[in-house]
Amino acid sequence: MAVLAHAEAGEIAARLRDLALPAHQDLRAPENGLVMLRGRVGGDGAPFNLGEATVSRAAVRLASGEVGFGYTLGRDGEKARLIALCDALVQSRDFGGLVERSVIAPLREQLMVRRKHAAAETAATKVDFYTMVRGEG
Amino acid sequence: MYVAVKGGERAIENAHRLLANARRGDQSVAEVTLDQISEQLGLAVDRVMSEGSLYDRELAALAIKQARGDLIEAIFLVRAFRATLPRFGTSEPVDTGAMLVQRRVSATFKDIPGGQILGPTFDYTHRLLDPSLAEGFVPETPATAETSAALTPRVTDILGRDGLIESSPEAEDGASVGDLTREPLNFPADRDLRLQNLARGDEGFLLAMGYSTQRGYGRNHPFVGEIRFGEVEVEFAAEDVGFAVPLGAIELTECQMVNQFKGSATEAPCFTRGYGLAFGQSERKTMSMALVDRALRARELGEEALAPAQDEEFVMSHSDNVQATGFVEHLKLPHYVDFQSELGLLRKLRKEFAEANAPDAMKEAAE
Repeated sequence: MAVLAHAEAGEIAARLRDLALPAHQDLRAPENGLVMLRGRVGGDGAPFNLGEATVSRAAVRLASGEVGFGYTLGRDGEKARLIALCDALVQSRDFGGLVERSVIAPLREQLMVRRKHAAAETAATKVDFYTMVRGEG
Repeated sequence: MYVAVKGGERAIENAHRLLANARRGDQSVAEVTLDQISEQLGLAVDRVMSEGSLYDRELAALAIKQARGDLIEAIFLVRAFRATLPRFGTSEPVDTGAMLVQRRVSATFKDIPGGQILGPTFDYTHRLLDPSLAEGFVPETPATAETSAALTPRVTDILGRDGLIESSPEAEDGASVGDLTREPLNFPADRDLRLQNLARGDEGFLLAMGYSTQRGYGRNHPFVGEIRFGEVEVEFAAEDVGFAVPLGAIELTECQMVNQFKGSATEAPCFTRGYGLAFGQSERKTMSMALVDRALRARELGEEALAPAQDEEFVMSHSDNVQATGFVEHLKLPHYVDFQSELGLLRKLRKEFAEANAPDAMKEAAE
């Protein structure tokens, strides 16, 4: 589900649009709130509170009973609802494979491409040290 | 006598209307959009998120626009907004060691696993104004290079393996994590509260405090062990779900300061540490934070604590720019009644002074 949290609401919606989805309803309407983000002293020590982030959440239930939860950074309630819907669909025997193939896999691919590109740009700024003058002879 | 005064409503309303116009400026000039602020003034957005203590780029951009670019006013707006939302809970601590680094440098070790990665930095620029940026500037496409699978471990973890540097303090079993947004500050404050306070503290204040330690007011001989900036994943243990759910990624800057060593008859000498962490790309902020964090550990490390940066009550009570600006700026609001009483007292004292110092002739005449 991490892939979905990285995608835009529109990207998820566009991929769900082509699927014949089962009946579903909001178990919890999208709601905005805060999550306190924690770091660790020295990066790996005891936790401390760094600051909050806005978070949107929702829950969806399929007619067949599966319940999905959606959480995402930001205040896009529709995105939280779409994630919850995907979470519910993934658990369904009839739709799990389809959603993985048609929604999650392509978005994962897209995320990987974006990250790879960013990593290549970052890699170009890596320092190659070389010795200018050697103190011999 | 206290007299309740009303009035000024129309003046206030009109002043706010005038402000809205001043904020918009010349309307023949295109209006700035939130995307433009977020994309092109990204470091201002990072600062407002850090000191507003709320990670939300869009809200920070809106606050900057509303505040006409006054970042402390924008931080104030963000803090006020956060008070309107319920808190769902607390994230799992982020793992900065697993960061997708966009920048990572060490001033202490040249050859670190993963390498020195400069990323988007002002370092080594010439600080000459660039007229070509004035209009229509199109940057060159960034260069790319083969990526390596090498991990980028934290430099302090590498030093730690040889015991050359003190290890990070472990959480005590069952110890709760202090939260100064929920409980009032008490002194002495533990390191978790100090770091929370510094993370949302004013960059200028922390910069000055950190600088003061370098100039000798609480010297602790710092080296930048590492600065890293990039994306980290955030996970949240949601009660309704029953396990940790991914929320997405945030950008963070982390600074590991390596400081003068200490040892004792029972402990081998090792370097000590200061730590800085902030939202977005905030290097000056995290470096200052790490210097001050280390300075505030003076007592714990058995050092003399005589300098301002080593005084946690002084630092923590004055680092918050929303509190500070509130108290300083309230002075411009009407204090007519307070001032009237001061004025009355002063007049009385002056009269007494005049009477006591009057020439004798006057006194006699008066008698």
